[in-house]
Amino acid sequence: MRVLTIGGGPAGLYLALLLRKANPDHEVTVLERNPPGATFGWGVVFSEETLGALRDADRTTFDEITDTFATWDAIDVRYRGETLRSRGHAFSAIARVQLLGILQRRCASLDVDLRFETEVPTLDGVGGYDLVVGADGVNSTVRRLGEDAFGPSLDVHTTKYAWFGTDLVFPAFTFVFRENEHGLFQVHAYPFDGRTSTFIVECPGGVWQRAGLDEASEAESMAYCERLFAEDLAGHRLRSNRSLWTSFVTVRNRTWHDGRIVLVGDAAHTAHFTIGSGTKLAMEDAVALADALLQEPGDVPAAIARYEAERQPVVERFQRAAMESASYFEHVSRYARFEPIQFAFNLLTRSGRISHLNLELRDPAFVRDVDAGFAFASTGRTSALAPAPMFAPLRLRGLELANRVVLAPPPLDAATEGVIGDRYREALVDAGSIGAGLVLTELAAVSPEGRVTSGSPGMYDPAGQSAWADLLAEVHARTPARMALRLGHAGRRGATRPRAAGADRPLRTRGWPLLSASAIPFTRRSGVPSEATPGDLARVTEAFAASARMAVVVGFDALELDMGSGYLLASFLSPLTNLRSDAFGGSPEARRRFPLEVVEAVRAQWPGDRPLAVRVSASDLATGGAEIDDAIALAGELVRRGVDLLHVVAGQTIEHDRPDSGRTPLVPYADRIRNEANEPTLVGGGITTGDQMNTILAAGRADLCLLDPRSLT
Amino acid sequence: MRVGVGLPSTVPGSPGSAIVDWARRAEALGLASLGVLDRIVYDSLEPFVTLAAAASVTQRISLVTMVVIGPIRSTALLAKQAGSVDAISGGRLSLGVSIGARADDYEATEWPTTGRGRRLSEQLATFRAQWEEEAIGPSPVRPGGPTLLVGGSSGEAFARMARHGDGYVHGGGPPRAFAAAVAKALAAWTDLERPGRPELWGQGYFALGGDAATEAGAAYLRDYYAFTGPFADRIAAGNLTSVGALREFVRGYEEAGCDHLVLLPTVAGVEQVDRLAEVLA
Repeated sequence: MRVLTIGGGPAGLYLALLLRKANPDHEVTVLERNPPGATFGWGVVFSEETLGALRDADRTTFDEITDTFATWDAIDVRYRGETLRSRGHAFSAIARVQLLGILQRRCASLDVDLRFETEVPTLDGVGGYDLVVGADGVNSTVRRLGEDAFGPSLDVHTTKYAWFGTDLVFPAFTFVFRENEHGLFQVHAYPFDGRTSTFIVECPGGVWQRAGLDEASEAESMAYCERLFAEDLAGHRLRSNRSLWTSFVTVRNRTWHDGRIVLVGDAAHTAHFTIGSGTKLAMEDAVALADALLQEPGDVPAAIARYEAERQPVVERFQRAAMESASYFEHVSRYARFEPIQFAFNLLTRSGRISHLNLELRDPAFVRDVDAGFAFASTGRTSALAPAPMFAPLRLRGLELANRVVLAPPPLDAATEGVIGDRYREALVDAGSIGAGLVLTELAAVSPEGRVTSGSPGMYDPAGQSAWADLLAEVHARTPARMALRLGHAGRRGATRPRAAGADRPLRTRGWPLLSASAIPFTRRSGVPSEATPGDLARVTEAFAASARMAVVVGFDALELDMGSGYLLASFLSPLTNLRSDAFGGSPEARRRFPLEVVEAVRAQWPGDRPLAVRVSASDLATGGAEIDDAIALAGELVRRGVDLLHVVAGQTIEHDRPDSGRTPLVPYADRIRNEANEPTLVGGGITTGDQMNTILAAGRADLCLLDPRSLT
Repeated sequence: MRVGVGLPSTVPGSPGSAIVDWARRAEALGLASLGVLDRIVYDSLEPFVTLAAAASVTQRISLVTMVVIGPIRSTALLAKQAGSVDAISGGRLSLGVSIGARADDYEATEWPTTGRGRRLSEQLATFRAQWEEEAIGPSPVRPGGPTLLVGGSSGEAFARMARHGDGYVHGGGPPRAFAAAVAKALAAWTDLERPGRPELWGQGYFALGGDAATEAGAAYLRDYYAFTGPFADRIAAGNLTSVGALREFVRGYEEAGCDHLVLLPTVAGVEQVDRLAEVLA
């Protein structure tokens, strides 16, 4: 087989030597445009797992590489003058130039045809090769020439970074956060041999400009960073390698091959440097491609397909994690009020790859500190034996929740004229018996017209009230759980059939008139709601207040007002559903006015020692709809009116929205609302395990977690 | 978990007359269901016609479309066809629908691809209404008509499933991909505040019979999925061609909470059903 590899970086060289090793009959040529010894950047990082793959692939280079390695097992987080250390991470690093030297020598000894200072402007001359490998990096020529087939997309990140070196040898992978008058800067530093460390400085684009670094020379930039990080550098100097202030580009391709041309490494995919995986992924690509060619002898297309099938999902996972990580660093100032231990935990779990459980396995003492810090914040007491975060109590006003787990059993849609039945009562008792700190009811309507379905419960008449009283008495008598009533008005989503055969299906008979901010039906089949008049608004406000009074009498421990999911209060908040021109429509402030009036009316009835929650929509998930910034602004207004908890949901404002298809898509919203509006949040949506809850809670992304009820059956 | 088999209605080289033999054999061997795929621009049989033929020679086995592309059909005609297969089979149809993945099927049927997601949602709402109100006959055998399964992997697709469906039908892949999709399907179901839980249907391709079957199966999948470009090779590589791989796949789906798995053939020959039943026994 004749193979042409374009690009003599780690992926290209490693593939070349593996192919020659596997079969000396292969003719392998590597074309590199730089001279030998030329490189950019300083050290590159490998994890334990990667090393295993490299050992199995080629023992000779593995021994040489590991011989010069700097290794460490700790990650240090320097923040607010403290250094938090988390152990058990097992990383190694090597100087990039040294790695290339080892690979080049091995290639030479295996008779790879290595040609330096050779540019490849076109692919015209590759006809005689059985396989052409584009290993030419992030700015790949091979990719550009075949872009119709590869379908590349390039995402330029907004932060700026500079890749320095220093002769200070750090004892661990070290994150440093330093703030000055221009903003917050961070450093990612790690040793890569006995004398040198990589020292990457990163900051948001705005901070970079304010600091004048956009116009600074290399020497000025280094002087600035040396001043800022003087304490961390301890008298050592920074060294440059002409890798100054760039924006990272995330490269993706629809596919990595075009006939017998295949992309590997950065040419195919990049992952933001904050998860340090570029060289690792590139060399793993080489291993996978060499292996696939061995598995499919004489069938290059099948081998390429095998390679892509194996690597693509792995790379996608890393790219997802890298995006999370990059986004974390872009917005890290959001967490500036965190205690150092929580800040460190949040940092370590930023990409979703490492959870509370992973960290506990790696470094039990660190997680003990995290849990102790969390328990202390929850109780004000120090304890050597702190519970996992999901079992830490939470105090909201006078209400003490035994733990952070909230359960909301699925609705049954079996209430009769708003009066809940035995089965629903049993479901809530079961939920309380399982051990959830808080049990949340389904939506109870403030009036008969406020019900979602003909089988939805209400809290508006003596019959309904007495059924809730029976339920509450039973839950309180038989379980330790506290009970919250979710109260609302379905608005234009009301008068639907029980949801056994689908949601939002209007009742054929015995429906009722609908009310909304504006006269727009929810679906084509839904009834047209009437635009609420001032008289309607006064009646609805009074109905909320009256229901709240009933909830007090019945003895609910907490109350949640529903401002989400396109129901009546939500319909006022969204510009998609509120087209009013009176005082309740138009600007965001005007759209918030009626919902906030309801909050004030309810808060006036709801006892001062009991918490009031609001179910808020973080985003309409629709073009032209309300977004997360609107939700944060709303959250601020709610806090000022005595709301104690924000239950974060998203979407369903309109029928055809665009829900995220991520795993726990609401968590980033809860995180932003919690840490920008500075208010406790409750989050659900795809949360099925204790580890997920412990991670979310300990990282300060939410204060309570709604466990998916179907994960328990 | 129940396990069924696909009919060879999209496998070239399988004569149309093989459908009834295949259906009889699958029922005789105790398989749970007969599944069909939908494709216009291909050497394949129309799914409802195929299921009607299968229904006429069987009594108990379930019939399922995995899936029919809704938006390339008139809604009323689709309701009529599905209702008819359900009536002929005595209420054995589960109707799986999705937007499909190929532009050529839309072109050939002269339906636009733009807005197809919304159109599918409208179709689902309409089927229900028609079957419940019996506006378009035949009268459903079961109240409310056939079970409605919805496929797709986007956020919109999961929401569509949760709003209109009785269950989710996955598009195929290893068990962990199915498990990840199930988590999203359940989360969407919770988000739409539906009572109960959705039926969860999975599917996989198989070819049993040594190297010849392996090769023929791969060739078929590469051809059938040629429209996906490079992904065709990947799909072909996932074909279940050994007893071990098939059993592991079935076990993986069961552990992931699958209610009903349908294994689709990739080579012609009714002995595939026998071999499958033997592996599953």
